[in-house]
Amino acid sequence: MNNDARAIGWPLHLALLAIAVAFPFVFPSPFLVNFGVLALFYAFIGQSWNIAGGFAGQLSFGHVVFFGAGAYASTILQLRFGMNPWLGLPASALAGAVVGGIIGFLSFRAGLKGSYFALITLAFAEVLRILVNSVGFTGGGLGLLIPAKMSAANFQFPERIGFYFLILALTVVSIAVAVWLKRSRFGAQLAAIRENEDAAMALGINVFQEKVKVMVLSGAMCGVGGCFFAQYFLYIDPTIVFGVDKSVEMLLVSMIGGAGTIYGPLIGAVLLAGISDITRLITNVQGLSLVLYGTLLVIIIAFLPNGLIDLFKRIGKRFHQGGA
Amino acid sequence: MDLTILGSAAINGLLIGGIYTLVASGLTLIYGVLHIINFAHGSLLMLAMFGVYYLLMKLGIDPYMSLLIMVPVMYLLGYLLYKLLIGRLSQGKDENILLITLGLSILIENLALMFFKGDTRTISVSYSDTMVELGPTLVSLPKIISFGAAMALCAVLGLFIQRTDTGRAIRAVAKERVGARLVGIDVERIFAISFGIGLATLGAAACLLMPIFYVSPTTGHVFVMVAFTVVVLGGMGSFLGAVIGGLIVGLTESFGGLFLGESLGQIGISLIFILILLFRPSGLFGAKR
Repeated sequence: MNNDARAIGWPLHLALLAIAVAFPFVFPSPFLVNFGVLALFYAFIGQSWNIAGGFAGQLSFGHVVFFGAGAYASTILQLRFGMNPWLGLPASALAGAVVGGIIGFLSFRAGLKGSYFALITLAFAEVLRILVNSVGFTGGGLGLLIPAKMSAANFQFPERIGFYFLILALTVVSIAVAVWLKRSRFGAQLAAIRENEDAAMALGINVFQEKVKVMVLSGAMCGVGGCFFAQYFLYIDPTIVFGVDKSVEMLLVSMIGGAGTIYGPLIGAVLLAGISDITRLITNVQGLSLVLYGTLLVIIIAFLPNGLIDLFKRIGKRFHQGGA
Repeated sequence: MDLTILGSAAINGLLIGGIYTLVASGLTLIYGVLHIINFAHGSLLMLAMFGVYYLLMKLGIDPYMSLLIMVPVMYLLGYLLYKLLIGRLSQGKDENILLITLGLSILIENLALMFFKGDTRTISVSYSDTMVELGPTLVSLPKIISFGAAMALCAVLGLFIQRTDTGRAIRAVAKERVGARLVGIDVERIFAISFGIGLATLGAAACLLMPIFYVSPTTGHVFVMVAFTVVVLGGMGSFLGAVIGGLIVGLTESFGGLFLGESLGQIGISLIFILILLFRPSGLFGAKR
C-alpha cells in the first residue's frame, strides 16, 4: 500500500496537473472544454465513491443519494432563500455529509455489509427520489430551474473555462484526500476494514465508527458534486440527480479505472467521457456507450480486478525491468 | 373510506402480488442455491418481456401460449449464462458477482435501448378488455388468469424442488455443497440448472405480465427493487417466504397508491426493504441470525 503511494510521487502529480491546466488553452473549442469539464466532474464524483467503495470496501449502489441531497440543498437554498450560490458548495457538502452519516449509522449499526449494504443504499436513494418527486417544495417531478444570470459572482461563468478550473480545483482536492488516505492512520484503518473486518476489530479498530466516518467524508464530497452539477446545467430533477444512472456511473468510473487507487477514478472518468463523446460523434444510436461500458465492467472484474490502472502499472514495471 | 375501494385495492394488490411472487421465486432460488445476488434479474425479465412482445407482433403468438416458448428459452439462456460467464467468475467475493450481474444488467438494458428504442410498448389481445366481477369490484380477465397461472407455476416449482431427484439435489447443494459433492452430485451442473430455473421463472412471469403491463428498456428497474424486497421480506432463500412476501408487496403497492397517491405511493416498497434489512435482516419467516 505504501509502495503504491510512493511510486505515484510528486513528479506524476505535478505532470498531470500541468497537463490539466494546459488542456483548455491547447484545446479551446467549447466541445473539448465541455469534454474536460465532464471528465473531471466524473473523476470527482467517482473519487467520492472510491473513498467509500474502494478505500474502505463499502460498495454502494446508491451513491447518488448524496449527490442529489447536495444538488437539492444548494439549489433550494439559492432559489427559495436567496442565498448566494457559492455558499451552496459548503451547504451541499454539509447535506451530503449528514445523509452519509445517517445512512452509514443506520446500516452499519444493523451490521449490513457487502451486497446488502450495496442494495440498501440503492433503496435509500429510491426513497429520497420518490419524496423529492412528490413534494411541492422541491419542485416535484418538474424539477428546479436555476434562472440564468451570467456572472462569476453568481456561480455562472460566462466562459466554460471558469467551470473547468473550478471542477479541476475540486478534483485536485479529491485526489489530495485520496493521497492522504493512502498515507494516514485513518486510511490504513479503512484498508484493514476492507480486507478483513473481524481482523480489523481484533486489532482494536473501532470498525463501526471508522465506517460511519468514511461515509460522512464520501457523502460530503459527493454532495459538492451535486452542487456543481446543478450550477453547470442550471437544472435538476429527481430522476436525474437521484436516479440509478448516476450511481452506476460513479461506480463504473471507479471500478474500471481501479477501485481503491488514487488515479483510478480519473482514468475511468476520462475513458467514460471519451467513449460517450466518441460514440455520440460517430453514431446517434442510444445506449451504445453504456453497452461498451457494461462490457468493460464485466471484463475488468473478470480479468483485471484492480482496474485499468493495473495495466499501466504492469507496463511501467516491465519498462523499468527492461531498462535495468 | 368506501369499503368497495379498499376491497378493490386489496384484490388488485393481491393479483399483481402473485406475479411478483413468481419473479421473486427465481431470485430466491438462485440466492438459496448459489448464494449470489443476481442484480440482472430485472433486466432479464425485461428482455423476456420484449421476447413475448415480438412473438405476438411478428408471429401472432398469444402471450399465454408463449409460455411454451419463453420458459425453455429463458432456462437455456440461464444455463448458458451460468456455464459461460457467471460460473467461471463467481469465485471469490460476493461483491464481485454482484458487480458482474450489474455489468450484465447495464449491458442488457442498453442493448435493448439500441435495438428496441426507448418507447414504452403495450400489447392488446382480444380478451384485454374483458372484465370479470370479483367480489366488490370488476377486474380485468388477464389479471385473474395471470395471477392463477403464477400461483400454479409457483406450486409446480415447489413440487419440483420437493419431489424430484433434481429438486432433491438442488436442496442438498443449497444446504451443504461439500456434502453434496461427496455423495456424487455434480454441483456445477446443479448450479447451472438452478440459474436456468431462476431465469425460467422470468420467462413465465414475462408471459403473464405482458397482457397487463408495459415494457420499455428500463422496465427492469421497476422489478429489481420489488423482487429484492419480496425476497428479503420472505427471508433470503425461503420459498414460502417469497409467496407471502410477494402478496404483501403487492398489497403495499396497491394501498400505497390509494392512500398516498401515484407518486408518493411507490415509497412503500423501498421503505419495507430498508426497514426489514435494518431491523429483521433474516426476513419475516427466516430464523433469527
